[in-house]
Amino acid sequence: MSQYRMQIMVCGGAGCSDLNSEAIFDNLQLEIEAFALENEIQVVRTGCFGLCGLGPVVRVMPDEVIYTHVSPDDATEIVSEHVLKGRKVERLLHKDPVSQKILATEPELSACKKQLRIVLRNCGIIDPENIEEAIAANAYEALAKALTELTPDEAIKIIKDSGLRGRGGGGFPTGLKWEIARKNQAEEKYVVCNADEGDPGAFMDRSVLEGDPHAVLEAMAICGYCIGAANGLIYIRAEYPLAVARLKTAISQARQYGLLGSNIMGTGFNFDIGIKYGAGAFVCGEETALIHSMEGLRGEPTVKPPFPAESGFRGKPTNVNNVETFACISPVILKGADWFRSIGTEKSKGTKVFALAGKINNVGLVEVPMGTTLREVVFEIGGGIRDGKKFKAAQTGGPSGGCLTEKHLDTPIDFDNLIAAGSMMGSGGLIVMDEDDCMVSVAKFFLEFTVEESCGKCSPCRIGNKRLHELLEHITKGKGAPADLDRLRNMSRVIKDTSLCGLGQSSPNPVLSTLDNFYEEYESHVTAKKCPAGQCRDLMEYFIIEANCVGCTACARVCPVNAITGERKEPHIINPEICIKCGACKEKCKFDAIIIH
Amino acid sequence: MSSIKIELRQEDIEKIREICSSFNKDPQELINILHKCQEHFGYLPAEVQEVVSNELDVPVAKIYGVVTFYSFFTMTPKGRHPISICMGTACYVRGAEKVLDEFKKELNLQVGQTTTDGKFSLSSLRCVGACGLAPVVLVGDKTYGRVAPDDVRNILREYE
Repeated sequence: MSQYRMQIMVCGGAGCSDLNSEAIFDNLQLEIEAFALENEIQVVRTGCFGLCGLGPVVRVMPDEVIYTHVSPDDATEIVSEHVLKGRKVERLLHKDPVSQKILATEPELSACKKQLRIVLRNCGIIDPENIEEAIAANAYEALAKALTELTPDEAIKIIKDSGLRGRGGGGFPTGLKWEIARKNQAEEKYVVCNADEGDPGAFMDRSVLEGDPHAVLEAMAICGYCIGAANGLIYIRAEYPLAVARLKTAISQARQYGLLGSNIMGTGFNFDIGIKYGAGAFVCGEETALIHSMEGLRGEPTVKPPFPAESGFRGKPTNVNNVETFACISPVILKGADWFRSIGTEKSKGTKVFALAGKINNVGLVEVPMGTTLREVVFEIGGGIRDGKKFKAAQTGGPSGGCLTEKHLDTPIDFDNLIAAGSMMGSGGLIVMDEDDCMVSVAKFFLEFTVEESCGKCSPCRIGNKRLHELLEHITKGKGAPADLDRLRNMSRVIKDTSLCGLGQSSPNPVLSTLDNFYEEYESHVTAKKCPAGQCRDLMEYFIIEANCVGCTACARVCPVNAITGERKEPHIINPEICIKCGACKEKCKFDAIIIH
Repeated sequence: MSSIKIELRQEDIEKIREICSSFNKDPQELINILHKCQEHFGYLPAEVQEVVSNELDVPVAKIYGVVTFYSFFTMTPKGRHPISICMGTACYVRGAEKVLDEFKKELNLQVGQTTTDGKFSLSSLRCVGACGLAPVVLVGDKTYGRVAPDDVRNILREYE
């Protein structure tokens, strides 16, 4: 590889690509060529930086300067000012929304503080379509170490000792899983990577696959060596075309370099990887459902045991791990179990990637040591709540999880603490909600998702969730009764206890956790028929404050049902009988005279 | 099944056969085969499923079962400009529902329907992984981020 004095990295992650970061890359390249600097300055298209809320993002190294909200036209200025004259382009630097201070470099950005990147070690640093850059960043070194210095049992022991637990949601010890798969004797075994990231609001797997695909391929090969499998399969969502394309490139490059295929590194070990597509079914995140889907069937789960480690894909022992789990493997093998154990809490070792989204200032991907508190994640890394609003809750674990509230802000986040708090780790989506969010509606939203995604095989999940959703619908429409709250709780327990797979067993969690933490909010919906957050349309009433109304008639003119009456220059009145609560009048009013009750 | 009846041309049938053969007519590759067919036809009408059924020697009911199980597969043709509104959690809390309502109102369509002139179709999907841009709307391959209900009319106007 050539030596460059400067590198301009353009984020090619999901959010930035959608905002046309490709054109920024092309323009930068053209500018660099125009000044004949292509031997000195390298323009790189990388994976996700994790600063998705500021995208498209461009980073200039070694200065560590981060440019935000860059447009393709800015390429000229970046090259003529920063590259040629060494002056930062001020207007593209990030300004802290609270202090208005300019935060020019990576270490200054609050989103980058407190982070420890193990899984995302190469994301945003290497060009994911160039295997040489991956190798320069230590890719396949762990595979070489495993193949030449370790027996499969020794490698499994390192993983076991490291305390690594599955990052897909359940938190099952990874080393133990590999050991079970190893002990099952069979001619044919399979290593499967679950890249069917179905949890809405989580996009870390996508970012790893798009930003550092070799991390996953290498770990799958190590797993194959450990359990005695020669075939790997990646089950990936068809909705992630960029990740699929990068994986395909990475697989073919690894084959060319003799890092996949037969006789890897001359050790006689054979391992190859193929791709299977998902087709949009959340339940396929469950391992037995995933395996059925890979076999060309409906993705319905089956009763465990037999576990996939005994009888999985094509009836053969199969080890299924999630993308993020695989991405932890190589560092653990290289740096050892003790190093990994030194990070995190007693029972949850290492780091966890969170996808921060919702009403938070710094939306994006962050990786923090297990045991970091919710307060640190939301307020220090996440930069606090948007528009200075008040923090209300953070939903973790997606539709299977629950919400954490103010009282959980100082709880260290790990697998067990989250379960104790009535939520779960899930895949790591962390959606922040503020005072304007109605928790009953949030629970209803998740149930709507579960109802749609339930495969329909077992009745508690198919019928129970539907009934739960109906009850919530009633409550948000103002037709609920106090007894409904007990009904919600009882039904939730039955669904949890009797469903066949993880989907049904966890689907009532959002209801139970919001009931536990926001009981008054439910009560107010069923007794006073009011929505404290002002979200439930059917429970709202629009009022005109007489003192503020100047009688401009703007509201009356915009009202689609003529519910507003009043003389010109006189205070107006809304007739609640006619009002359809569309909110058009409130939007139109320039005098803040219309309020919602 | 879908009410639309179509007649497959000989070359279409050949295409499906070719796709099936490229996967060695292996029933375990059914989902990959259906992906390829949908890529080619834009949707999976009953007639296409019948040919796949004959080729793989799998009952058409099974194939129908798979097609209807997965949300990515559709049996109705999409519009020339398919509109998808992300209803992932991040988009939802940032107001995706109101954006969806606005599209429904503007196009006079329900989710899953296509306009009579075949121009637009409306669907909601679960998380495209671009949560930083929430709420997100996709029209064809183009992504619109941070969409407000007021932007809907302008977005539609781009496709006039």
